[in-house]
Amino acid sequence: MTMARVASSRRSFLGHSYNLVGVVASLVILAWTLVAIFAPYIIPHSIGDIVDDDYFGPMRQGLWLGSDYLGRDMLSRVLMGARYTVGISLAAVSIACFSGVVLGMIAAVTGGWLDTCLSRFLDAMNSIPSKLFGLVVVAAVGSSIPVLIVTLAVIYIPGAYRFARALAVNINTMDFMTVARVRGENTVYLIGSEILPNIIRPVLADFGLRFVFVVLLLSGLSFLGLGLQPPLADWGALVRENIGGLPFAAPAVIVPSLAIASLTISVNLLIDNLPQKIRDRGV
Amino acid sequence: MKSGVLKLVVKRLAVAVVTLLIVLFAVFFATSMLPGDTASILLGQAATPEAVAGLREAMHLNDPAILRFLRWLLGLLHGDLGTSYANDMPVAALIGGRFVNTMKLAGITTLISVPLALTLGITAAMLRGSLYDRTVTVLSIGVISVPEFMVATLAVLLFAVYLRWLPALSSVNEAHSLADLVRIYAMPVITLTFVISAQMIRMTRAAVIETLSTPYVEMALLKGASRSRMVLRHALPNALGPIVNAVALSLSYLVGGVIIVETIFNYPGIAKLMVDAVATRDLPLIQSCAMIFCLGYLLLITTADIIAIMSNPRLR
Repeated sequence: MTMARVASSRRSFLGHSYNLVGVVASLVILAWTLVAIFAPYIIPHSIGDIVDDDYFGPMRQGLWLGSDYLGRDMLSRVLMGARYTVGISLAAVSIACFSGVVLGMIAAVTGGWLDTCLSRFLDAMNSIPSKLFGLVVVAAVGSSIPVLIVTLAVIYIPGAYRFARALAVNINTMDFMTVARVRGENTVYLIGSEILPNIIRPVLADFGLRFVFVVLLLSGLSFLGLGLQPPLADWGALVRENIGGLPFAAPAVIVPSLAIASLTISVNLLIDNLPQKIRDRGV
Repeated sequence: MKSGVLKLVVKRLAVAVVTLLIVLFAVFFATSMLPGDTASILLGQAATPEAVAGLREAMHLNDPAILRFLRWLLGLLHGDLGTSYANDMPVAALIGGRFVNTMKLAGITTLISVPLALTLGITAAMLRGSLYDRTVTVLSIGVISVPEFMVATLAVLLFAVYLRWLPALSSVNEAHSLADLVRIYAMPVITLTFVISAQMIRMTRAAVIETLSTPYVEMALLKGASRSRMVLRHALPNALGPIVNAVALSLSYLVGGVIIVETIFNYPGIAKLMVDAVATRDLPLIQSCAMIFCLGYLLLITTADIIAIMSNPRLR
């Protein structure tokens, strides 16, 4: 019985039970990941080169996505922008989820004052609106890639903590946890070998959702001019610098917006279409 | 039994006050972490070391941080928000009119989005699984999945570029006629309404669906009540608490939305003031604006929690 359950869960985890929407969504995500990795090798023009005589040029042969407000190739800039948007968000969400989940599991296993203090403190952190937090930090220490990654990570630690703690508290009441405690296992073993394997799937789904939040916040900050600074440009910054093209519906302002939407909507759809077993909180 | 609810509410309020203190502390410290010395920034490069030292003394910058925090807090309690670095005006005077502008924007958005979202959310839940429900759900997921500035961009493209109904950018001065008023508020309000309503529709729909799956609603169905009577008489009164909770929570998204919307449409509100203050590193102004936003946000989420506590029949 146990063997059968393990086998079936493994099969769905490898993707046998994804439906069409899920497959399309994961293909879009895969495509952007590949672009983010290989961007410097596939861009047709250097991102700083002015290749068009006109600014906000339309789509045409050679300049497939038109040109931006200085006449630079938009396709190259969007492809390179993927690197910053995906890279920074992924780094930030990894730090946030790792710290949040580890702290959450420790709080659930240890309990007592550590749990109370951590929960109170992180709840307070959660009461600061995320954009505002970003604004204040950027005002204080300026904007650079490491600062952005750490700020975004700090903003989303409380959410990851709350989620993981709620799951871990349930596991913590199980008999096998009592057995492990009676055996005299230490906290590292308890969270690593008993709790984590039981909550890893919902935690991964939560990772995806939080990735979307981070992409949205990063784009928002960049759009306000507080994220990535020129000459670097992520998708949010691309929309900002080309916003002057909005009255003529220039592709330079529409394409980066569509890029953000395609990524975030795909991640949301993928998570919505994950097999029930992965998505559900119940273990 | 009533005292149980009261106790929980008081406890929640106490948590909110403690949270507010922590948040104020965090805002104060984040802004005083600024690299470079405030006094030398103010006096410029030509300042003599003596002048800088003098100003530091006068601004109490040599005091320990905790003392400066307490002094700032005391000032707040007296209604003294400090003086702006950039143009040497009292912060309170800078904020005053802008605050009213932002509240107007938020107020109009609330007036439009709450009835709209509740109608859509409740009807979608009633017709669960229908084409109508799926359309509403997909649209609201779509709006939630994209950044606020993209909703704004699309709204401009649709209403100002293709349909040419409205001007792209609002430049508010005085509104003399109804047409002026529409011109000023239309685009920001449309954008914010989309963002807020999408959240509210999702939460309302979820709350009503949860109530519809309870045994007493099934009982109403079995005794032969019509679908609308089942929803309006049996389900809705019980879903009221969760729905109001959802409304308060969704309105807290106004805080983030307003920052983007005021910037993109150049609306002279408090969020625009703050984004500009970040560009000029005007600390007292940033602190005060951040405080107002945190206060508003905290107020909304605390209200949402208290409504959830009060509407829980198990606690009554």
